[in-house]
Amino acid sequence: MTSRRRFLALVSGALAAGEVSAQLDPNIQALRAAALESAIRKVTGGKPVREGKVKLDLPPLVDNGNTVPLSVSVASPMTSADHVKAIHVLTEKNPQPYVVSAYLGPRAGRASIATRARIADTGKVIAIAQLSDGSFWSATVSVVVTLSACLEEGLI
Amino acid sequence: MARVVVNAPKSAKRGEVIEIRTLAGHAMETGFRRTQTGELIPRDIITQLVCTYNGVEVFRAELHPAMAANPLITFTTVATESGTLELKWTGDNGYVATQSASITVV
Repeated sequence: MTSRRRFLALVSGALAAGEVSAQLDPNIQALRAAALESAIRKVTGGKPVREGKVKLDLPPLVDNGNTVPLSVSVASPMTSADHVKAIHVLTEKNPQPYVVSAYLGPRAGRASIATRARIADTGKVIAIAQLSDGSFWSATVSVVVTLSACLEEGLI
Repeated sequence: MARVVVNAPKSAKRGEVIEIRTLAGHAMETGFRRTQTGELIPRDIITQLVCTYNGVEVFRAELHPAMAANPLITFTTVATESGTLELKWTGDNGYVATQSASITVV
């Protein structure tokens, strides 16, 4: 059995040797920003994304990041000539930027979806809509998260 | 195990835009959490929802780990004819759940 003295000696030894490092990468901010950018590129195929047409509704202050209600609607007549083909929702601070990708068509009648997401940290949420003419439109909302998702380690 | 709820109007006028709400009972384990002993809990999520209206696909959604547990999705469709709306959720570890709702168009 490990005595307290032995335990302390082990721990201090490990600390001195620098074996206990921070769990998160120091470049995490830059990595996540790059991940978001590459996700946007993947969604759009490198085409320019313009602000507008899209309305992203979500609470500006989130108490619990585990269930964040959000809704996206796009101003579109939804006819077979002019409709929304897809709506993508991405986040800035999650381990993976993707939240949901919805594929619609003229039979949707209205370009609006609603769902619930997990948001890890205070940051931006982006909705990107792909229209039938090939253009991309987006809306960005900044949210403040007080209790974040994905950090409930050790609870189970 | 697979519990799915679909909420759609029973009847609608022809051409009316109807709203469909659907919820699946699922923990949506992200694959980023760890147990107390530090082992990664494997990902177990629903990855896709497809809605067909009389056999024709009208809506499809790809879900990711950032969806909340018990995913709820609301979307719309045009009531074109009487028939059934069938929703199919598929996910990791062979998860499949289907639920249908019938609609009468007047």
